[in-house]
Amino acid sequence: MSVSVETRDVSITFGTGPAAVRVLPSVGFSVSPGECFGLVGESGSGKSTVLRCISMLTDIWTGDILIDGKSVREMPLIERCRTLQMVFQDPYGSLHPRQSVRTVLSEPLVIHKLGDREERMRKAITDVGLPVSFLDRFPHQLSGGQRQRVAIARALILEPSLLLLDEPTSALDVSVQAEILNLLQRLREERGFTYIMVTHDLAVVDHMCDRFAVMLHGEITEVLPRDAIPANGATHPYARELIGASLEYENAH
Amino acid sequence: MEKPILELENLRIRYGGASSEAVRGVSFTLGRERLGIVGESGSGKSTVGRALLRLLPGATITADTLRFGEQDLLTLSEKEMLKVRGRRMSMILQDPKFSLNPIRRVGDQVAETYLRHFKCSKAESRDKALIMLEAVKIRDPKRVYDQYPHEISGGMGQRVMIAMMLLADPDLVIADEPTSALDVTVRLQVLNILDGLVRDRGIGLIMISHDLNLVRNFCDRVLIMYAGRVVETLAARDLDKAEHPYTRGLLAAQPRIGGGRAPLAVLDRQPEWLEEKA
Repeated sequence: MSVSVETRDVSITFGTGPAAVRVLPSVGFSVSPGECFGLVGESGSGKSTVLRCISMLTDIWTGDILIDGKSVREMPLIERCRTLQMVFQDPYGSLHPRQSVRTVLSEPLVIHKLGDREERMRKAITDVGLPVSFLDRFPHQLSGGQRQRVAIARALILEPSLLLLDEPTSALDVSVQAEILNLLQRLREERGFTYIMVTHDLAVVDHMCDRFAVMLHGEITEVLPRDAIPANGATHPYARELIGASLEYENAH
Repeated sequence: MEKPILELENLRIRYGGASSEAVRGVSFTLGRERLGIVGESGSGKSTVGRALLRLLPGATITADTLRFGEQDLLTLSEKEMLKVRGRRMSMILQDPKFSLNPIRRVGDQVAETYLRHFKCSKAESRDKALIMLEAVKIRDPKRVYDQYPHEISGGMGQRVMIAMMLLADPDLVIADEPTSALDVTVRLQVLNILDGLVRDRGIGLIMISHDLNLVRNFCDRVLIMYAGRVVETLAARDLDKAEHPYTRGLLAAQPRIGGGRAPLAVLDRQPEWLEEKA
């Protein structure tokens, strides 16, 4: 099942009084069902904050975020978690070091009172391309790529429709990145997921996304189709600079 | 041919308590050139860099030859090593957020290099540091000199780091993932500055990275490491003509702008790569 996402005039301010910082002045974009939407920009431009707002990990924002026309803010917690899940950047930091893969994967099932736990866990772990015997391993017994697969399995186990990916491969080697990107691509084809993906690597955007937004100081400067990358079809100066730098980095001799 | 800066033969490193060696027989010589070392995490590339500066307490380092200029790095005492580190050989680390001292002004940290290795007054070292900060294209070096690391951006921090490492005019600079913590737009700037200074001063450079694009653009020669061994050595411009299946696998696994959307090639690791001799 695919869902659409729409954000309108989302704004967030951290701190109060004179120290207040408006991190996102007014962000708005829409993602159609089954699309892979990229968010790029330099560090500190608010890319991850947008994901945290959509997932309600940060809930002090104002504006509207609608998933399939329904406001995330009004969605009950249980329903929200079954609709959207997030995969974090660092697979070394996002898994509890003293919990086995089985514990990690069974916790959401217990909370959501879902039956056939063993069956569901086996399915989730096989879906991400790991053997079932890995259920009894601990994070320190896994490589970085395997950990990220477990993190993806954890996000998949509640069968959400929207996956928020926060730099899912930037902590990984190229060879492992390829495995994870292939996995995400395959899952999207099979299940029709909608992805919102934060990354700083335009080559990854070009490989995965249909459209992407370039962010600068919390604002979306431009939303571009994937085709705009190779020929640098951006019009905003910063977006042009970013794409230009990435092209130069890839091809310069 | 001019005398090489660094000669390494059969370098082996074993961390204390480890059952196997992290680096297994690496050999290369380095002249006044830019050498890239690429490989995945755990391939031993950073370990080689750290071993050259003898920054691996607790590890056993053996080699048939480990010669830096006229000196044998294996037999130098720690006291003699202090005169090499920072003065004749220095290292640029990955993330300026963690490698600069957070409670000291950045300028003083740069000047310290000069103060430590040359007989001079504080004022003199300050002047040297200011000139160097200007050379790494920091606008208004006087203001930046008195700032603390948290007040400057990542790209600026990395330029401060470069200034610090080049101030004593070393013969060899080891850059360990110098730009992987930086944004794309800043990355090129920083690399161009480093590249310019290294070329102008004729410094030998070892660039340790997992980024094939980076070594392709900023190195003359590339060593590819896998599981503690060098599996292939190539001129950087011939990277596309690599023959070893591991190198080819790495190149194919990289998504490219304008590339097709076919699933990326995934490395099919062969056990014989572990033993093959480059």
